[in-house]
Amino acid sequence: MDKLLNWIDARFPLTALWESQWGKYVAPKNFNFWYYFGSLATLVLVMQIVTGIFLTMNYKPDATKAFESVEYIMRDVEWGWLIRYMHSTGASMFFVVVYLHMFRGLMYGSYRKPRELLWIIGCLIYLTLMGEAFFGYLLPWGQMSYWGAQVIVNLFATVPFIGESLGVWIRGDYTISDITLNRFFAFHVIAFPLVLLGLVAAHLIALHEVGSNNPDGIEIKKQPKDPQTGLYLDGINSHPYYTIKDIVGVVVFLAVFSAIMFFVPEMGGYFLEANNFIPADPLKTPEHIAPVWYFTPYYAILRAVPSELVSFLPATQFYGVVAMGAAVLIFFFLPWLDRGAVKSIRYRGTLYKSWLAAFVISFVLLGYLGVVPVTVWGQFADGWPLLGGADKATVVARLLTVVYFLFFLLMPWYTARDKTKPVPDRTT
Amino acid sequence: MKKIASLGAALLFAFAGAAMAAGGAGLRLEPAPVHRLDVESLQRGARNFVNYCLNCHSAKFMRYERLTDIGLTADQIRDNLMFGTDKIGSTMTVAMPAELAKSAFGVMPPDLSVQARVRGSDWLYNYFLSFYRDDQSVTGWNNLVFPNVGMPHALWELSGAHRLVTTEFDDHEKATAAAIAIKGLVRVDPAPGGKWLVRTVAADPAAPGTMTQVQYEAFVADLVNFMDYLAEPVRNKRISLGIVVLLYLGVLFAFVYALKRSYWKDVH
Repeated sequence: MDKLLNWIDARFPLTALWESQWGKYVAPKNFNFWYYFGSLATLVLVMQIVTGIFLTMNYKPDATKAFESVEYIMRDVEWGWLIRYMHSTGASMFFVVVYLHMFRGLMYGSYRKPRELLWIIGCLIYLTLMGEAFFGYLLPWGQMSYWGAQVIVNLFATVPFIGESLGVWIRGDYTISDITLNRFFAFHVIAFPLVLLGLVAAHLIALHEVGSNNPDGIEIKKQPKDPQTGLYLDGINSHPYYTIKDIVGVVVFLAVFSAIMFFVPEMGGYFLEANNFIPADPLKTPEHIAPVWYFTPYYAILRAVPSELVSFLPATQFYGVVAMGAAVLIFFFLPWLDRGAVKSIRYRGTLYKSWLAAFVISFVLLGYLGVVPVTVWGQFADGWPLLGGADKATVVARLLTVVYFLFFLLMPWYTARDKTKPVPDRTT
Repeated sequence: MKKIASLGAALLFAFAGAAMAAGGAGLRLEPAPVHRLDVESLQRGARNFVNYCLNCHSAKFMRYERLTDIGLTADQIRDNLMFGTDKIGSTMTVAMPAELAKSAFGVMPPDLSVQARVRGSDWLYNYFLSFYRDDQSVTGWNNLVFPNVGMPHALWELSGAHRLVTTEFDDHEKATAAAIAIKGLVRVDPAPGGKWLVRTVAADPAAPGTMTQVQYEAFVADLVNFMDYLAEPVRNKRISLGIVVLLYLGVLFAFVYALKRSYWKDVH
């Protein structure tokens, strides 16, 4: 065995690669609950790829056969139902895990120097994942697949001057059609997964280069080394310690995943929408079109921005589209927006904590508002100044949108002013 | 800053509360008395389905062979449930040509394979119980759950004809109280002039069916139970497998957790 390994190592740095990436990687010893979601995201990625391969064996990217082939997988393919449910549950769980992973970054300042690039690569993964999910959602060719795609592609059609051509270019047709289905299939099964894998590899390489942050936001690499172990004082070998710990996380995660997949695979209509069990019908627009839950905060922002923004500019939905895009892209700038003296929320003052809380509330509530029709809370009575007759949900969504953006835009100011606590030398 | 944040939160909760209080219009469905493990009910439902639904509707993703799931043998299926075909591997297609169906009903009767996943069993159960006579409509029937539905009341010989009972109330509170008192399927809608309408259906003694109301409700429950199964034949297997998987993961957790504890005991 050693001989074989030596033979390989002389020709390919296998041992060196393993040791630099995991085997000899030193991580802070104080990881908490929030540090499971990186390895879990990797797990879900692998699961999606493997189940996706098996789905491709029976799925037909053809507008006349797609819906049928999904039902065929659900009924006639051996274990097809399990593979399909793993994939559909995995799609939503991917976003659950990624959102928690990103929130961890926000809480502990994981995007701060020297991890700016690591954060940016992560944001690129998030963007790619959104594309991957969007293309994949068309494939079952149900009513929500069809009309959801129609709505999203029409957003691009609002771009001034080139919008209409842009829409046709994306669809390959004047409406969502068989042609669109074919190209979305290609994007979903090969183009985006390739990009995703490349980015994930880059994310891991960057992480293992700069080293992990931790709940205290202390740089363990600045600590002296323990003369006995040769490790930084608060460092620990990721293998076997975090290998074993992550396996515990994996088992708990799989239990949650299985409970959803085996008992409530539709998750009350959030993971699989009822209307998507109706085959796509280009002539029949559903009464209420809502994207899948993981896009709804942005969808709510899109709807919240009025099409008549300022009197001297033409009325267009494009303002909303810009706001929606900005809401996603603004995450990239976090490393330079945050001017706090400390990284971790543990040593931040009330200013940052309040803003983070406000941001989380606005994100979650926007997510809710993106699912429901704007009329859900009724209208303000006509007597109200300014607000008379307006949909209450729209007004609230506008307030929340402002809060969402202020969290980022005011960050240089409130993080610099915040009364922080002293950071200890050692992890707690 | 904190004050602004808490003010914002309070405002939001106030909106949410107001929104909940303002609701109340709409349909209240009776829960469908179905049970996924009741094999006899599923078998009766299959009989009801092939006799009354498959004439106009298809269930083209479902193979007859699959009915062995609900405790039927291949011979039982072939002898009792298959009318249009003699190949047990065929799917539940419909004999009626699409053009004829479209001219008869105005729309193509939808395929019923996954209909229960679109509507839910409660909706379906109430739908079958809420047909009523309506001389204004093309088919002579209307439905409280699905207003102006294109489908005639295919089961009327069993249920008899029902009629619509509408009561008008001056305000929402009284209407809601009346709706609760009805204890069954009921629809509350706003009407012009700030009034509220409470609508329900009642049997017409002049046009009884071959079944009593209780028998008909049981018939519909079986049918809906079967349609629920039809929409996802693997459901029972899925749930029982899920229990095994969770038990396995529970045992595995005990082991990996103990392993983790023993590895980490020297880390301080």
